Amino acid sequence: MALKIVKGSIDRMFDKNLQDLVRGIRNHKEDEAKYISTCIDEIKQELKQDNIAVKANAVCKLTYLQMLGYDVSWAAFNIVEVMSSSKFTYKRIGYLAASQCFHESTDVIMLTTNQIRKDLSSPNQYDTGVALTGLSCFVTPDLARDLANDIMTLMSHTKPYIRKKAVLIMYKVFLKYPESLRPAFPRLKEKLEDPDPGVQSAAVNVICELARRNPKNYLSLAPLFFKLMTSSTNNWVLIKIIKLVSCFCVVKYLGLLAMSKILKTHPKSVQSHKDLILQCLDDKDESIRLRALDLLYGMVSKKNLMEIVKKLMLHVDKAEGTTYRDELLTKIIDICSQSNYQYITNFEWYISILVELTRLEGTRHGHLIASQMLDVAIRVKAIRIFAVAQMATLLDNAHLLTGNMQRNGICEVLYAAAWICGEFSEHLENPMQTLEAMLRPKVATLPGHIQAVYVQNAAKLFSTVLKSQEGSTEGTAAQETSQLMIDRLPLFVQSANLEVQERASCILQLVKYIQKLQQKEVEVAEEVSALFAGELNPVAPKAQKKVPVPEGLDLDAWINEPPSESESEDEQPKAIFAKEEPKHSRSRHTEVDEKELARRREARKQEQANNPFYIKASPSSQKVYQESPGVEHIPVVQIDLTVPLKVPGLPMSDQYLKLEEERRQKERADKKKKEKKKRKEKRSGRGRRHDSGPESEEDITPAHMVDIVTEEMPENALPSDDDDKDPNDPHKALDIDLDKPLADSEKLPVRSHRAAKVAKSPVEDGDAENTPPSQEPKKKSSKEKREKKKDKDRDRKTYILPTPDNRLLTMSSTSIFLFFFIEQKSSKHKKKKQKKEKEEKEKKKKKKHHHHHRHHSDGGADESVQNGTVEDEEPLPVSMCLTLNHKVCDIQGNLQDGSQVVVSVIFENKCDSLLKSMEFNVLDSLNSKLQRPEGSGPHDGFTVPFQLPPGVSNEARLVFTVQSIVMPQKMKGTLTFIVKNEDSSIHEKLDFKLHFTCTSYLITTPCYSDAFAKLLESGDLKCSSVRLEEVNMPFHHLLARICFHHHFSVVERIDSCASMYSRSIQGHHVCLLVKTSGQTVSIDAKCDEPTLLGNVLDEIKQTFSQC
Amino acid sequence: MIKFVLMVNRRGQTRLSRYYTPVELSRRAALEADVVRCCLSRRKEQCSFVEYKDFKLVYRQYAALFIVVGITDKENELSIFELIQNFVEVLDKYFSRVVSSCAIMFSLDRVHFILDEIVQNGLVVETNRSRILTPLNAIDKMSDS
Repeated sequence: MALKIVKGSIDRMFDKNLQDLVRGIRNHKEDEAKYISTCIDEIKQELKQDNIAVKANAVCKLTYLQMLGYDVSWAAFNIVEVMSSSKFTYKRIGYLAASQCFHESTDVIMLTTNQIRKDLSSPNQYDTGVALTGLSCFVTPDLARDLANDIMTLMSHTKPYIRKKAVLIMYKVFLKYPESLRPAFPRLKEKLEDPDPGVQSAAVNVICELARRNPKNYLSLAPLFFKLMTSSTNNWVLIKIIKLVSCFCVVKYLGLLAMSKILKTHPKSVQSHKDLILQCLDDKDESIRLRALDLLYGMVSKKNLMEIVKKLMLHVDKAEGTTYRDELLTKIIDICSQSNYQYITNFEWYISILVELTRLEGTRHGHLIASQMLDVAIRVKAIRIFAVAQMATLLDNAHLLTGNMQRNGICEVLYAAAWICGEFSEHLENPMQTLEAMLRPKVATLPGHIQAVYVQNAAKLFSTVLKSQEGSTEGTAAQETSQLMIDRLPLFVQSANLEVQERASCILQLVKYIQKLQQKEVEVAEEVSALFAGELNPVAPKAQKKVPVPEGLDLDAWINEPPSESESEDEQPKAIFAKEEPKHSRSRHTEVDEKELARRREARKQEQANNPFYIKASPSSQKVYQESPGVEHIPVVQIDLTVPLKVPGLPMSDQYLKLEEERRQKERADKKKKEKKKRKEKRSGRGRRHDSGPESEEDITPAHMVDIVTEEMPENALPSDDDDKDPNDPHKALDIDLDKPLADSEKLPVRSHRAAKVAKSPVEDGDAENTPPSQEPKKKSSKEKREKKKDKDRDRKTYILPTPDNRLLTMSSTSIFLFFFIEQKSSKHKKKKQKKEKEEKEKKKKKKHHHHHRHHSDGGADESVQNGTVEDEEPLPVSMCLTLNHKVCDIQGNLQDGSQVVVSVIFENKCDSLLKSMEFNVLDSLNSKLQRPEGSGPHDGFTVPFQLPPGVSNEARLVFTVQSIVMPQKMKGTLTFIVKNEDSSIHEKLDFKLHFTCTSYLITTPCYSDAFAKLLESGDLKCSSVRLEEVNMPFHHLLARICFHHHFSVVERIDSCASMYSRSIQGHHVCLLVKTSGQTVSIDAKCDEPTLLGNVLDEIKQTFSQC
Repeated sequence: MIKFVLMVNRRGQTRLSRYYTPVELSRRAALEADVVRCCLSRRKEQCSFVEYKDFKLVYRQYAALFIVVGITDKENELSIFELIQNFVEVLDKYFSRVVSSCAIMFSLDRVHFILDEIVQNGLVVETNRSRILTPLNAIDKMSDS
């Protein structure tokens, strides 16, 4: 013994340590790979030794090699060994290696659960610390669930060193096992006030990460964070807290506020954040939206106005709650009308927007829209034709607006519509129709002041209609029009509103008189229209201020001694509807000739020069209103008559925008042509400045405005919240409401949780020991004894549930389910029977019809039927008979573990006695080896970690290491067990064969057709084919069968031809082309590994020969 | 969150790598090479923060040694920049001399241990120098005796 120790230490002296390895690699620069492979061989040798120090050294070197990019997953088990060393220095190396090499799909992680738990509860704080650190790197959902409670306890550990680590690792646990968040959160919150700053910082870190998903849930912590922010001196923590507080929107609000300040001085810098500000309009917080609106007001330009307004219009549609919607509406109007419509380059668009806004129900701002319509129609002469057409449509559809009088402020719009149609009636396409619309009986339900305007403007319209009718054919039409007026007006004469009554009776009398004249066939139209003759001109808001002070007038001097203070006259009250008064003139420039026009203009200029109430035309081209009425001088809108001005129904600004865009393109083309011409004529370089390029602000001519919206953003392409929510985001699961009270079901699982799931069992107290067998391969015999006693009390359920469930299986790289059913006949012959699910028959004696099924848990019922047939054939009385019926390979592999196959075996006891001490052993072949627990020799069996009472089934998992996967293999094995009756116990043995088919190494991998085509083209694949005769099944059944049994996926299917793809655990591609004609199926296959391909094809053939 | 910490020499050879979000072994080499190229190609007067794919890199050079930290875009670059300095100061204190890439290689496990004391789980856990070194000193005493 002593010699052995000495020998061990001498060996160690010759072992390379990490330094030697590093130096060695540096000294072997030219043949590094070779050197490293010898080193790895050495390490493998070292790992085989019993000395833990040697192993730890080897693992330490592996960690370095892993960093250099070498795969060391083969040593996973040794790492676990080193991790479980009792000496801290080794344990640390083990955990370091594990944290570097392990990942979620590393199988051996399952084995570490208990070791980690032990370390977590170790009295040595560094043991605990190193376990926590390691765990943070390789925690799996299973580990998270199993250890959540332990870690939570550690959060209240006496040592701050442990507390802070435990708090941090909790974040990983939440990610992997989100159910733990709610129960753990109160304690996490406590940690914010931990006396130790390190723990505080950890808690802040975790909560900041959590709050990224749903800041609202953490809003209640805001005061706490504020306190920390003012008290903490740790800058890292402060940064985190500020980041977090910014999630609470407070900072957003402040940011917007600051931007509005900056906007006043540096508008350009704010304008570049337009998209961000528009995004704020989607914010849940109304105050933020309002702030953003304020900002938008300040940042519009000619270029972006339409875009911004379009966005706002979308928000108007979406907005809930009239307050915000009204706010939006006023903002739209404010934005558009600011600085004298400075930013509007296309008034047709603006009118469309206004008309669209009339569709808002229940807004209080009808009068605002109305005043805008009036303002624009009066001041922008060129737009009148368009505006009148729109207003006529509005009047026609007045019933849509006046649905509910009481709450509908929008009918104010009709006021404007009626006035515009009346005042500019010469532009009406169909004045008669509009006149009728204005005299509908329904009008009487409108508010009085609107009716008054209706009546007055009906008269104006009447004059226009008369004129056109008289001028044309016979007088009867004109008389009919008069009759219409006489018929309808009495309705208004009876109005309760004084103004309506007065105007109506006045006009009624007038019309009656006109009718009389008409009957005498007197031409009256001229005279009637004279009533409304005269031109209407806009008055600037500051006109009063501009009035020059007449000489000798001292406004400061008292005229009389003041009895009281006089009223200021500077500001004219903003009476919206005051503009109706000045209708003493009419423009009729459509008919006047050029000379007349010029003459009039001159005269008017003279007149206006002397008239203090008119301001002079501004030299600025941006001023949209100008006194000079010459249409050709108005710089604003050149209406292209190719655009249909009359939009049927209510207009849509979007539709309008499209038309605009077309027009714009056309115009641009025209412009280019013109420019070309110009250049040709001039042949000078100056023409070049018109070169196409990004249009600057100044370049934008009114009609060119529309393109911005439609070109930059497709329809419906709103920046939505969902875009940044990645469905794969691991944090998504953490969007949990933390304010809800905890339900019982949410309590963190304590150690006994899996058994606790089986709460139906009357016996629960013993469940704590009943941890999953696969995780505790070595069970103490004392435990077994205890359990045996309880076994009888337990119902079947208790036993089934603790079996390793799918969670474990999903972690396996390759799992093959074998079903063993152990049955003892109640007949005289004691007959035990085992059954194994296998696709291939192993015992050739049994020619059976197999039906395939996948459900290993409920397979029992099916199998027992089959068993029946087997039993009958089976002549052997007491011996075992093993049927290998099916193999269902559930390969959920992970290509990283190309060398591992996990076989899940379900044992079901069908006899009346208890089966115990089951040992499972397989004769290893060169290629495949059973992974045995540490410390056992190559011939030791695998002890099945449970006993089977009658009628109970359980599952055990065996890990095999496979070198080559190109050939199918069979492995011989035996299962020994003891049959325990009340009186006796018998040793029994059962032989079986495990068949690893090539199919079982394939993993269903989806493949896209283009990738598939590339693969085939690559030419690296070898070809092979097979023919199946007399296949009597529909083609899709055939495909389904191949997919199911051989783990292929269909890439593409065209009629009776399909391409399929699969991939082996070692990354070989297998491609199939399946064609059918009649009963013959031909399969052409390609694979980079010909042997594997041949075997897979054989297996496919076999599958079909069995049916 | 910190995604990874890399220590590389001027020739781009990895001296230490620590990943806080799982990255397949096969991809690590390519990622490291790319990241290092990205940082090494920058001039000294250029900013130490680089936007790289969907995350950010913060790097700092100490003689021949580069420390590169990959972080999510929610993380504050300056705090990480400072953290690197802090980490190096701790290493200096522990190795009681200027940190060279050799020292890191030869005692890789210890450097890892220090790093684990500072960063856990991709989050900063401790920044106090003496507290970081307490466990390591305790271990050294243990193995000495």
